[in-house]
Amino acid sequence: MLEVRQLSKVFFEQNDPSKPGLVALYDVSFSVRKNEFVCLLGPSGCGKTTLIRVIAGLIQADRGEIRVDGKPVTAPGRDRCMVFQQFGLLPWRTVLGNVEFGLEIDGIPREQRREISRRYLELVGLHGFENYYPHQISGGMQQRVGIARALSKEPDILLMDEPFGAVDAQTREQLQEELLKIWSKTDTTVIFVTHSIDESVYLSDRVIVMQSRPGRIKEEVRVELPRPRWEGDVKADPRFAELRARIRESLRG
Amino acid sequence: MATPTDEQIIDELGLRRERARSIYDHPNLIRAASVLCFLALWEVYGRRSDPLLLTYPTAVFWAAIQLIRTGELLRQAAVSLATLGVGFGVSIALGVGLGLLTGRSRVAEAVLDPHLNALYATPQVALTPLLMMWLGLGFAVKVVIIFLFAFFPILINTTSGVKNVSASLVEVGHAYLASERQILFKVVFPAALPFIMAGIRLAVGRALVGMVVAELFTAITGLGAMLTLYGNLFETAKMFVVIVVFGLLGVGLIRATQALETRMARWKETERANR
Ligand SMILES: Nc1ncnc2c1ncn2[C@@H]1O[C@H](COP(=O)(O)OP(=O)(O)OP(=O)(O)O)[C@@H](O)[C@H]1O
Ligand SMILES: [Mg+2]
Repeated sequence: MLEVRQLSKVFFEQNDPSKPGLVALYDVSFSVRKNEFVCLLGPSGCGKTTLIRVIAGLIQADRGEIRVDGKPVTAPGRDRCMVFQQFGLLPWRTVLGNVEFGLEIDGIPREQRREISRRYLELVGLHGFENYYPHQISGGMQQRVGIARALSKEPDILLMDEPFGAVDAQTREQLQEELLKIWSKTDTTVIFVTHSIDESVYLSDRVIVMQSRPGRIKEEVRVELPRPRWEGDVKADPRFAELRARIRESLRG
Repeated sequence: MATPTDEQIIDELGLRRERARSIYDHPNLIRAASVLCFLALWEVYGRRSDPLLLTYPTAVFWAAIQLIRTGELLRQAAVSLATLGVGFGVSIALGVGLGLLTGRSRVAEAVLDPHLNALYATPQVALTPLLMMWLGLGFAVKVVIIFLFAFFPILINTTSGVKNVSASLVEVGHAYLASERQILFKVVFPAALPFIMAGIRLAVGRALVGMVVAELFTAITGLGAMLTLYGNLFETAKMFVVIVVFGLLGVGLIRATQALETRMARWKETERANR
């Protein structure tokens, strides 16, 4: 359903035209099936955020194209929704107000968007925190607000940029499990950026390994571990260790 | 056993919040005493001075009663407040409006920048005689003078507030398909609001100065005109009444904007308090 074709992106220094550009993405191609969970994995600075922003339509690629259901996209759209690395919450809005933001933009009436927002807050386990401001809740909770906000728009494709990068290990595991549960209940396609090997193997159907300078795809690794993964101890599965070793090798080489 | 509530634990630890006990817990009492002492000293010293140069609190009080009774004080204050209100209102509207425009659009900034900078750099008092030549001595000239005094802090703060809005918040707006208009009113404006309110607070004091300057120059109506009138008549106590009213007006307006500021930017306040 999502196709990325020969994407390249170069950043030029805005105030200094004499400086050479920086190739953030070079000839990146891959495709994602409907309802698939794909992880983009790579070292810091390899262009993961850039790639996901291009897919979200927030910035334009210089070469290549993105197609969703065969139609080229160049701008943000109703079909894609983004969860930001730095949460991207509006600090003057309460938790509820933040979740409502996307629905408000869509012009959904107040009562209705309140109700939808409450439902999604409940889904991410934030019932009772509706009237808190972002700075009054923890980082993990803030990211749940970001997730609830994205989910409330019921996008076909959920783009997540290192959503759990800024939370502690325990909260992270909990959020991973919740995300998988939510994903299994909907038919959302997820593209999930991370630089944790374990996270990528635990969550996804396929890991796309990237490398930097210039940012491009190294290889794709299928993850054929059984689902649901939150039952039992998937991480103790020998196949898990095998995949982990293989991906680590790929990142290194 | 159930986990104890925070309140129970606080009780158990004997950490009840202490009641105020010492004199330092009543700063308002100290303030009041300080003011009373000052007034008493002034009264004693003032009664022994030349009445043309200095007066004393009770004389000011009776002068105030007299001016209120004749209705003069309230009538002139109403005139002053009306010009202040209109001048300040125009300053806010144009200051915030142009600030949003120049903060968001580089083209608009480049177009307006030279004019605004030139006007800002010129001491506004210097323009007053010219403005009186163009606009006469009435309401309009006073409004324009107040505007010139109050407009710039609002404009400058709004512009820098808008420029300070993080690009990532604007990007969130784009990601959720907000139109330019929605981004302006739902993202940029609220994000810049604490800056804007700080600008308005600065502008209040300057608007008041502008009002006094305008009324002293035109000297026909308003509190400033009263000041000139009683100065010429050497009625020092009545001059002091006007000065006290100016002072109260300043305190009242600044308090009011502070209250408004806290209310409109409540998230910022609590955020700061938590640091
Ligand atoms: N707006 C921009 N202007 C100039 N250079 C940029 C811009 N955004 C990203 N870059 C550069 O592009 C490269 C890739 O950045 P990107 O943010 O996509 O990396 P990343 O893989 O998301 O890293 P991380 O894991 O640290 O988030 C970096 O070298 C970065 O300096
Ligand atoms: Mg990134």
